Amino acid sequence: MKKNGNGNPWLISGFILVIFLSGWHLLTLRASFDAKGKTQEQLQMLEFNGDIIRTDEGGYAWNSDKIKGVPGPLAVVEKARTELAEAFVLKGTNDHGIAYLVLYTVSRFSAGFLAASVVAILFGILLGLNRVLFRAINPFIQILKPISPLAWMPLLLYTVKDPKWTAILVVFMASVWPTLATTAFGVSSLKKEYLHVAAILQLSWFKRLYRVILPGAAPTIVNGLRISFGSALVAVVPAEMLLGELGVGYLSWIEWNNLDIAGVIFAILVVGVVGVILDSGFNKLAGLVTYQE
Amino acid sequence: MSFLVVDHVSKFFPGHAGGGDVCIFKDVTLKVEKGEFVTVIGHSGCGKSTLLNIIAGLETLSEGGVLLNGREVSGPGLDRMVVFQNFALMPWMTVFENIALAVRSAYQDWGRDKVVAHVHKYIELVGLKGAEDKRPIALSGGMKQRVGLARAFSIEPKVLLLDEPFAQIDALTRGVIQEELVQMWNATRNTVFMVTHDVDEAILLSDRIMLMTNGPSARVAEIVDVTIPRPRSRESVIEHPHYYKIRNHVLHFLIRHASHGGREGGESGAGGSADVPVLVSFA
Repeated sequence: MKKNGNGNPWLISGFILVIFLSGWHLLTLRASFDAKGKTQEQLQMLEFNGDIIRTDEGGYAWNSDKIKGVPGPLAVVEKARTELAEAFVLKGTNDHGIAYLVLYTVSRFSAGFLAASVVAILFGILLGLNRVLFRAINPFIQILKPISPLAWMPLLLYTVKDPKWTAILVVFMASVWPTLATTAFGVSSLKKEYLHVAAILQLSWFKRLYRVILPGAAPTIVNGLRISFGSALVAVVPAEMLLGELGVGYLSWIEWNNLDIAGVIFAILVVGVVGVILDSGFNKLAGLVTYQE
Repeated sequence: MSFLVVDHVSKFFPGHAGGGDVCIFKDVTLKVEKGEFVTVIGHSGCGKSTLLNIIAGLETLSEGGVLLNGREVSGPGLDRMVVFQNFALMPWMTVFENIALAVRSAYQDWGRDKVVAHVHKYIELVGLKGAEDKRPIALSGGMKQRVGLARAFSIEPKVLLLDEPFAQIDALTRGVIQEELVQMWNATRNTVFMVTHDVDEAILLSDRIMLMTNGPSARVAEIVDVTIPRPRSRESVIEHPHYYKIRNHVLHFLIRHASHGGREGGESGAGGSADVPVLVSFA
């Protein structure tokens, strides 16, 4: 069979990007104002509303201060340039540079995700080793797992009374269930022989855990963490929007409130970049603990 | 008293659908002397692996008791190391780490250098020098079981329990490793209890072969003395006049019990009660 797929994928990626950007640019171009076919009265009305302004040559043009539409790629690049130039500037309590916003989101995400992972892995091992306990707890997990982490937010906000902790707890709720369920599964489906060897060698409880059970279940646990990771990343952005906590999700919302659509698009791109950074860090970690059988 | 005594051990599993308990085997009694190599042969399902696991302490027995060196066995321990049919090597550890895990557990007061030297000694013994840092995924079945043997021998257990150790290894490699095991055993003279369904393997390695009837309610029906002098090799063994006598006897037994798991003793079962194994020896 002929090998499917020749050529340089980067070249194709670049080509797609160029097509996309030019398409975006062309679609968002606004035709210059055409006064033809409009009565004097209509023109006066438009001018009165501030939609058009008189040019020096005596004609009319769109008033760029009022009529914006969806910004083109150039406007977004311009916005990105100004934002990145002020990346490390603290202008006011709610106006921090983009680098700070990324830092806030990443640390908020990391705190919630790490705490959830530790709790979920510990409980998962406990459930995985005890079949009766697992069957007793499983119905609760099944009910709690599909609840959107954002649904917890009002309750969390009411109980902890602090939006900072609420945002972290939302991330926690988003990432605890998949890890818990897969860890329990991974530990319970660990090959009996490994535990037999550990039993014959009289390994201590702790050694059994970190030399046999954890590494044995690691590939399954990592899969659970990966699912948790995705759902936590999805949860952190709206949590910031709703709670008004500084971060990249907040940036997107505040730019919308400012009606700065270029800023919104920039914020979306930043969310994407943050996701890629966190994901690559996670993949490095995953590569360390997986093994082949 | 014998070194290892399995005294009237029975095993029941809870039956399905409200029926009574299912008896896997009943009143199995066997005595293994120190330095002896004893093998149990039987068809699949006769409970021979269960018996081995009971001696290892990995499974509970329903009736009877197991004594090692005069003391009752309860639970697994370093004095009874198992070589598993599917190797049971930790895939996330290298060859060295797999063996070192066992050595460190057995000799907790040893320093680092002593452990390393000990592990290397056994890696060399099974001819795996150069593969110390490989993980099990990179090894063939034969090499994996060499690691399993090295791990078992390295902690110098009182009894080695071999659970169909070569069943998952291709026939040509199997012969080579069997011979290696003969040499390792000659050097250490460990007490070994092996479970297998390979007749040639049993004759090559064992001092005595126990023949188990089919389950349910399996029992040890015959004990065959392997009257072939040591040291043995695969080549010398088949030339011994007793080889085919023993082989045919064992095969006849297995064939007789293949179709029906009856308690009938056949021509060799005449005399003695049904529960006392018949001793067979071609002197």
